[in-house]
Formats: sequence, structure tokens, C-alpha cells
Amino acid sequence: MTDDNSIERAAPGDGELPQPMVRRRRVNASLIWLVPALAALVGLSLVINNWLQAGPQITISFQSAEGLDAGKTPVKYKNVVIGRVNKIHLSGDRSHVLVNVALEKSAEGFATRDTRFWVVRPRIGLGGVSGIDTLLSGAFIGADVGDSTEYEDDFKGLELPPSVNHGAPGRSFTLHSDDLGSLDIGSPVYYRRIQVGRVASYELDKDGKGVLLHIFVDGPNDKFVTRSARFWNASGVDVSIGANGLKLNTQSLATVLAGGVAFQDPPGPHDSTPAPEDNAYQLFGDQTTAMAPPDGAPHYIRMRFEQSVRGLAVDAPVEFLGINIGKVASVRLDYDEKTQRFPVLVGAVVYPQRLGAAYDKLEALAKAHGENPDLSQLMGHLVEHGLRAQARTGNLLTGQLYVALDFIPKTPKVAFDPAAKPLTIPTVTGSFDKLQEQMAGIVDKLDKVPFDSIGQNLDQTLVGLNRTLKQVNGQTLPALSDTLHGVQRTMGTANETLAGDSPLQQNLGATLEQLQRMARSLRVLTDYLGGHPEALVRGRQADPKPAEPKPVTTPAALSPAQGSKP
Amino acid sequence: MSALPRAAELGLIACAVCGQVCRAVPGDPRLDGDSVGDAMACPRCGSTLRRRKPQSYARTWALLIAAFIMYIPANVLPIMRTASLNDIDDNTIISGVVELWVKGSPDLAIIVFTASIVVPMLKFLALGTLLVSSWRGSGWARVQRAKLYRLVELIGYWSMLDVFVVALLTALVRFSVLSLVEPLPGVIFFGLTVVLTMLAAMSFDPRLIWDGKDTDD
Ligand SMILES: [Zn+2]
Repeated sequence: MTDDNSIERAAPGDGELPQPMVRRRRVNASLIWLVPALAALVGLSLVINNWLQAGPQITISFQSAEGLDAGKTPVKYKNVVIGRVNKIHLSGDRSHVLVNVALEKSAEGFATRDTRFWVVRPRIGLGGVSGIDTLLSGAFIGADVGDSTEYEDDFKGLELPPSVNHGAPGRSFTLHSDDLGSLDIGSPVYYRRIQVGRVASYELDKDGKGVLLHIFVDGPNDKFVTRSARFWNASGVDVSIGANGLKLNTQSLATVLAGGVAFQDPPGPHDSTPAPEDNAYQLFGDQTTAMAPPDGAPHYIRMRFEQSVRGLAVDAPVEFLGINIGKVASVRLDYDEKTQRFPVLVGAVVYPQRLGAAYDKLEALAKAHGENPDLSQLMGHLVEHGLRAQARTGNLLTGQLYVALDFIPKTPKVAFDPAAKPLTIPTVTGSFDKLQEQMAGIVDKLDKVPFDSIGQNLDQTLVGLNRTLKQVNGQTLPALSDTLHGVQRTMGTANETLAGDSPLQQNLGATLEQLQRMARSLRVLTDYLGGHPEALVRGRQADPKPAEPKPVTTPAALSPAQGSKP
Repeated sequence: MSALPRAAELGLIACAVCGQVCRAVPGDPRLDGDSVGDAMACPRCGSTLRRRKPQSYARTWALLIAAFIMYIPANVLPIMRTASLNDIDDNTIISGVVELWVKGSPDLAIIVFTASIVVPMLKFLALGTLLVSSWRGSGWARVQRAKLYRLVELIGYWSMLDVFVVALLTALVRFSVLSLVEPLPGVIFFGLTVVLTMLAAMSFDPRLIWDGKDTDD
């Protein structure tokens, strides 16, 4: 304020007291007023800044304010804070809470009609844990902005986080199903057992006859969803016993517990262009059904079975040459006045397109012949060639029947009305029934055997035999017995006679001994006579040489039976 | 009039720095410090000679108004952010006091409330009262007003309590990993308010209380 540059010493005056010096002042503005002006400026700038920063105030309604804190809970988009909860109060009817949120100026675009808000809290589900970061930071309100530019300041908060963020790469598709099964929002969508998407939402069909599921497949895997993709419910455990043994099909443990959807292209040639957004598909119950050829338009046929079809239930398969082409839709009893019998009317729905190429060829052939390629016409041809329906036993254990459409050789011709609605397929008795018939035939034939007369004759014969046997017993056998006694006695005598110490034996021994001795003497005699035939005439003479006879006598002694010595 | 003469009446002026008394030109408006033009200086030490603090009313008013303006954002803006495990809390002065009270330290709440709300408000009121009454030359309760001024000067040093609390907490709590205290802009404005009120109190010349019409003595 003051300047000391120009100092003038004042002359002392008035005796003892000095005069003050005089300095010239140059600046004299009341600069002090700059201070409040500056303060006001700062304050004003704060107000303006605040006003500029202030975004729209919006109100979001939630079921509960759990985890929300007025003045603290942030609103986040992509984890960037775009606003803060201002105030929380109950709605007028106390059914929900109204959360007042002050959005930032930069987040003005979030106050539009299709913005979605939800509370992010830690959630533990079968599919995993989400929002784990909120365990430390506390709950926050998540936001997802849409395309709309229409201003809106009143929102209904979602109770669950949306499974798909707006603008996320990928596409959504629609699935039709009979029921929801174990699927839920967020259930995974698998492609080759890799999770590529999730169930975004579901709703009942307008007519309540099915469920409409919206799924979202993340990019870039959404390109695998082709026009001909097949979707099936991969929930739970799919156990099937086939020709190859026990087969267990699951996607993952999480799927078993929480459910899921899987998709894949069907085998064989198919349209593999990526499907457009929101393409609708049928959700099949399992992979096998899903991979089956497309059903095409259903056709209704009726069969009239003359015999019992116990074991034939609704939904039992209808097979054409072993290929499942449909299922039984109804089994009803009828009454035939003429024959006084109760035929069974079996209605079935068949999908001729399941025959695939065969059906196409048949159709083409019919067209080529200038005929109506209608199923009834085709069926007429086939019936002419012996196509018949037959209830066959599908399972020996349970006795369940299925309907087989087969060509039965040598079957009598039947009248076929191609104009009938529904188409009536002639039937033949089932294989089991045939067996029964054959059995009946056998029984019939057996019936014709004259068991009675055979029995009588046999009886008479037996009586005769009996009589003969009695005779044998009474007369022949005692005589035989006597004879045998005689024989026995004879034998006993013989035994005694032949015993070792019997006199006969001893006599025999002595006799044989004497006989032996006699034979020896005889031989000696013959030997002598051999050597000396003259002895017969002259009589015996003394031996000339005593040493000589030895070689002659020894062989003679060994073989007494030998006739003469050479 | 009063029995005892005043320096101005005797045409004397004392140097506020060295105590040298000079004979001033009687009735020179410049000696009151509000005038424009040349200023007297002490012949001994060269300090500017003034009968009263220069532009005391204007300065005090200006600083007081500035302090008051600053006091608004000081109260509106949060002064402190406390972050613990899952809780981030931005506290203004009032909400801090309320929280202290609710969370069971009413004594602390009272101290902070006194230091941050009562004292500044009292200073505004007291200085405003002193300024207005002195400006009007009122002779009302001069002794009490002088005491009030001394009180204002005395408590001025203690009104920074809030700033100290924030600074202390910031320093102390930073050591912890899971919790954090950090100052927010509000504390700057609060500090400015305190400094400005102190300056305002300093620039007020208590001798002004005794100037003007002497009615009681
Ligand atoms: Zn001096």
C-alpha cells in the first residue's frame, strides 16, 4: 500500500517532539477487496462446476435396498463410477424401494429409456461365484445402456444381473421347448463342451403350450450357430443302453447340477451359413433326438388291430423297416357290430421326411410318373407291395409293443383307400400273435389225435400183457425155479466131486501118474524098438556100447510124443 | 467529554514500532490511515506512522466477507474420505460430527462441533458486531467489546482444530493397509476460512472501539 521510495526528513519543530517524515504514496487502491472478490469467484466457480457436473437425477425401483447405502453406493458402468445413490426411500405402497441416483454429467446418456440397472452383490450359484469384488467394496448398482435416446428418469431395477450386456459381441437366438427343465437364466450354452453362451431369459409361449428361451452366444463363437444347428437340453445325466453297452452322456458336472444347452451341426451335408440374429430353433430333449433327421410335416395314420395290443402305449415308436418315423398318438377301442369283436384303433403321427433320401426318391419317382406325390398315394403303392402294420414286441422284459411298418411277404391283398382321413394302414397280426396262432394250430391238431381209443387199445393190450405175465409168474417161473434148483444141486455135486481133497481128484492124480509112467515105459519100449526093431523077433539083447545111448535117449526122453528117431 | 486527553487531541502520534512520539499535524486525515496521498513516517525508525491500523474497517470487512464466502464450501464439500474394508465414506464437517455422535464419541463430536461450527460462527458474529458498533461510533459496552475482541484473537489459533484432525488422521491411518483417510477439498476451504477470520481479526483495530462519541466516560 505504501511506498518507501521517497522519504523526506521532516524538520524538527515544536521543541522537543520531532515532526514525522512525509512519504509520498503512490498506490492507494483498496486492493483488500480483491480478497472477498476472489473468494466469491472461487465459490461461484464451485457452484458453476457443481452445476455443470450435476447430471440427471433418476429413480430406480428395487425389491429391496439390501447392500445399498444412501450417499455412498456408486452406480457403475464397466466398473467406472457414473453416479451415486442419493437417497433411498420406500414406495408409497411399501412394496418396493425407490433409489434416487444422481448421475454424473458425463453419464447423461444413461438416463434413457432402455438403460438397465441392477444391484451387484456377491452371488454364489451353481455356475460359479459372481460379484466377488463387492465382498470388499460393498454392493453397487450396475448399469447397462441401450440404444434409445429417449429421456427417462424412472427405472425398474432388475433383480438379477442381465446375462448379456448391450453391445456385447455375439448374437441371441430363440429356442422353443416343451418345458424349461432345469434351465435357468445364466445356464450355460455349450458347443463341443466349451461354454460359448448362456440362457438370457425365458418366458411362456403366448398360448402357454411351451417355453420360449432366449440364449446369447458370445462372439466370435456365435458363427458356429448355423442355420441347421441343432440344440438340445444337456441337463442331467443321459444314460442309454445301446448295442455298444452302457453309454453315459453329460456335458459337465455343472450342467448336471444346473442344467445347460448344447448345440451342434447335424452330421452329413447341411446348410452351414451362420444363422441370423434371433433365429428360432427347437430345443430337443437329448442329443440323439436332436441329431435325428428333421421331422418335416407330421402325417396322421390309423391302424386297426384285431387282436389285443396290450403293451402298446401312447408315444410308442412307429418304425418303418426299423427306422423310427413317428410315434403312437392314441390307442382306442372300437366295436364292430358285424363281427361282434372289439378291434383296437391305433392312431399314430409319422414324419415321412425322417426317411430322408428314400422319401425324396419316392416322391420324385411319383412325380416322374405323373402321379400325386402325396403320402396317401405313396402309401397306397407300398400297401400294394405288401406294406402292413404290425404290433411287435419291442422289449421282451417289459412286453412293450411298438408298431412296425414292414413288407410282409405273401400277405393277402387288401383294399386301400388313399382318400381316407386319416390314412388307414392295413395291419397283420403281430409276430407274437402269429406264434399264438401257430400254437393254437398245434393244439387243434393235437385235439384231433384219438387219445381215447389209443388209450383203450393200450389198456386192452396191457390187460393181455398182464394176463400173460400172471401165467408166466404162476406157472413158468416155479418150474424154472425147480429146474434151477436141480441145476444148483448138480453143480454142488460137481463141486464136491472136483474139490482138491476129493477121492475123485486123488484117484485122478494116481491115474494120471500111472498113465504117465505107462507112457514113459511105452516110449522106452518104442525107442528100443526104433533102434532095435529085430528085438520084436529076437527079443531084447544087451547094450553093446553103454556110452552110446545117451544122445539118443535124451531127446527121446524130452519128447515122448515123438514117433521115431531119424 | 472525557477527562483524559487522547493522543490525537494533543496532536501527538506514536510510532507503533519503536515507540517514538512525534508531533503530528493536527487533524491530518492521512494519519488515520484511510486517506489518500502522502504518509507520515517515523523520524527514528522509518516506519509509517498511523494513529489507527490502516483501512481497518475495509480490510476487516473484506476479509470477514471472504472468510464467510469460503465457509460455505467448507461446510458443503466433504473434508475427509475414510475408506475401510467395504466402506468409503466422504464426510463433511456436519456429517462427521453426526457420525462421531452416532458412533459413540459424543465428547469428540462436541469438540469438533465447537471448533468447526461454533467458533467460526462466533468469530463472524463477534467481528461483525465489533465492526458495526465501532463504525457507528457506539459507546455501548466498550469494555465488554474489548474483551470480546481479545477472546476472538485468542481462540483464533485454536480454530484450525478440524484441519489438524484431518491432517493427523491422514498421517496416522495411512499406515494401515485396509483403511485409508484422505483429505478432500473441503478442508482447504475450511483452512482458508480460519486463516481469513484470523486475518480479519488482526486487521481490526481495537482502538476503534474507543473512538467515536464518548458517552459513558
Ligand atoms: Zn519508529
